[in-house]
Amino acid sequence: MSLPALLRAIVKRLVAALAVLSGAATLAFLTLQLIPGDPVAVMLGPGNAASPEIRAEITHEYGLDRSPAEQYLHYLGNLLGGNLGESYQLQRPVTDLIGDQLWPTVQLALFALLLAVTGAVALAAATAGRHPALRAAASLAELLAASTPAYWTGILLLTAFSFQLRIFPVAGAQDFASLVLPAVTLALSLAGVLAQVLREGLEAALAQPFVVTARARGLSDTAVRLRHALRHAAIPLVTLTGWLTGSLLGGAVLVETVFGRPGIGALTLQAATNKDIPLVIGLVLLSALVFVVLSTVIDLLYLVIDPRLRTR
Amino acid sequence: MTTLTVAAPPRRRPRLRTAVRPAHVATAAVLTLIVLAAAFPGLFTSASPVDTDPVHALTAPGAAHWFGTDQLGRDIFARVLYGTRTSVWLGLGSTVLAVAAGSVLGLAAALGGRWTDQALMRLVDALLALPPILLGLLAVTILGPGTLNVMIAIAVAFSPGYARLVRAEALVVRTSGYVESATVLGLRRPLLVVRHIVPNALGPLLVLATVGFGSSLIAASGLSFLGLGPQPPSPEWGTMLSEGRNFLATAWWIGVFPGAAITFTALSVNVVGRRAQARFTRRTDG
Repeated sequence: MSLPALLRAIVKRLVAALAVLSGAATLAFLTLQLIPGDPVAVMLGPGNAASPEIRAEITHEYGLDRSPAEQYLHYLGNLLGGNLGESYQLQRPVTDLIGDQLWPTVQLALFALLLAVTGAVALAAATAGRHPALRAAASLAELLAASTPAYWTGILLLTAFSFQLRIFPVAGAQDFASLVLPAVTLALSLAGVLAQVLREGLEAALAQPFVVTARARGLSDTAVRLRHALRHAAIPLVTLTGWLTGSLLGGAVLVETVFGRPGIGALTLQAATNKDIPLVIGLVLLSALVFVVLSTVIDLLYLVIDPRLRTR
Repeated sequence: MTTLTVAAPPRRRPRLRTAVRPAHVATAAVLTLIVLAAAFPGLFTSASPVDTDPVHALTAPGAAHWFGTDQLGRDIFARVLYGTRTSVWLGLGSTVLAVAAGSVLGLAAALGGRWTDQALMRLVDALLALPPILLGLLAVTILGPGTLNVMIAIAVAFSPGYARLVRAEALVVRTSGYVESATVLGLRRPLLVVRHIVPNALGPLLVLATVGFGSSLIAASGLSFLGLGPQPPSPEWGTMLSEGRNFLATAWWIGVFPGAAITFTALSVNVVGRRAQARFTRRTDG
């Protein structure tokens, strides 16, 4: 790939990324406008008998007395400066709140991702192109894993391993032991989907002529699968993994609720149920940012995995 | 004289295999049971889903109560059965709404000119950047909790995916030979859309909707599980699961059975969806 072409590709990607981010920001702003009721009343909490003067002061302080267009520009200006505003309910900057809760969720997501990808690769590499009965069993297991809601898996695992066998703690995020069950819960449905796609890709790759060549060179069957066929099946796997990682944030809402873990998911639920608009918007933007960064990384990964794409 | 040849609209290929497999029989049986339970829950049990019986509270599963009883002595088996209607309705209703909204968006983008297309697809991109559960949460924040609102929220969350598919299909069909010849023959645009574009984009849409029904059901029950759906005491699988979460140490059955109901429903629908998907890919590839 020539340098100007590469630059053009990068600029194109950045513009697309910015478009998605500003779209999400606008969407979040519109959501704010759609919420019924008076935001000042939400801020003050129920049953608060604040005088009209105080209400007017708060309204002015948050710029709620300006026109929607002015508010929108002001909001975009703040965003560009990295200012997400202050939570209505907790009276703290949104960036601080998100920063505090980010680590437990990142830990959970990364560990779940590691488990899911290793599990899927192992299952697919072991069963692709084997005996029909084995493949049918693997296929059923994958479909079952993909069809089981994470909140139910979590409850089953909690019942078995925390309440009956007492191996893992019931709630919290204090040590590694408390990370295992939530991560397995989140990983299971992910692994089901990944293994399905990967096995189909592997079977297509194993039917290619280069596999025969590799076997003829004396490579073992396992080596052919892992070193040659897997690379061909990896592109859809990477695409899907990236896409599913973005959705982990959604899964985290449920899994963190089931296991009583702190984190972004728990924060999102709290913000949504309390109508804490600045916090909700901050979390929406965080989610869109994760998505945009991931899709950019995936595009770059394609070039690493498939050298043929580099010459275009 | 030259002859003008025009590609005919794709036709369904005859089935490649007609063998009945045990998995399909099982799936059909489960789906029939689900439909029956949703329509006539009274067929399967004489117990009431809402009558309390404090004396027999937290009874383990047994002959008297197949799935046990909850903290108020209500029969879990009856509650799961009577919950079928609400839960399946939530999944079905939100899927239908999402497909309808997505189709309108997708058709408008494909046929409405460059700027409409750009504006609508940027909106769809922004929506697809957010996980469905988060979008659903956002929508429920605006609408407030409740059965109908969860249904709308899940429809909002899943419609961008359908919109993208319908747009892509409509673009392909629009430039195909038979649509061009219909245009040349002077067919009016609305009629063209209804008679040619929609029917040909329908196949892949139905396949996606079948798989999407499972996801919608799981997501909708997820919002109920978070306490945003149908409010207790009405029996609904997600709401029952969240009640069961508080009794895991003493009465596992309260949460386990409604969850199993969600899983088996989603699983049997997904089996059908995958089968349809496999057949459809064969058709479009071949």
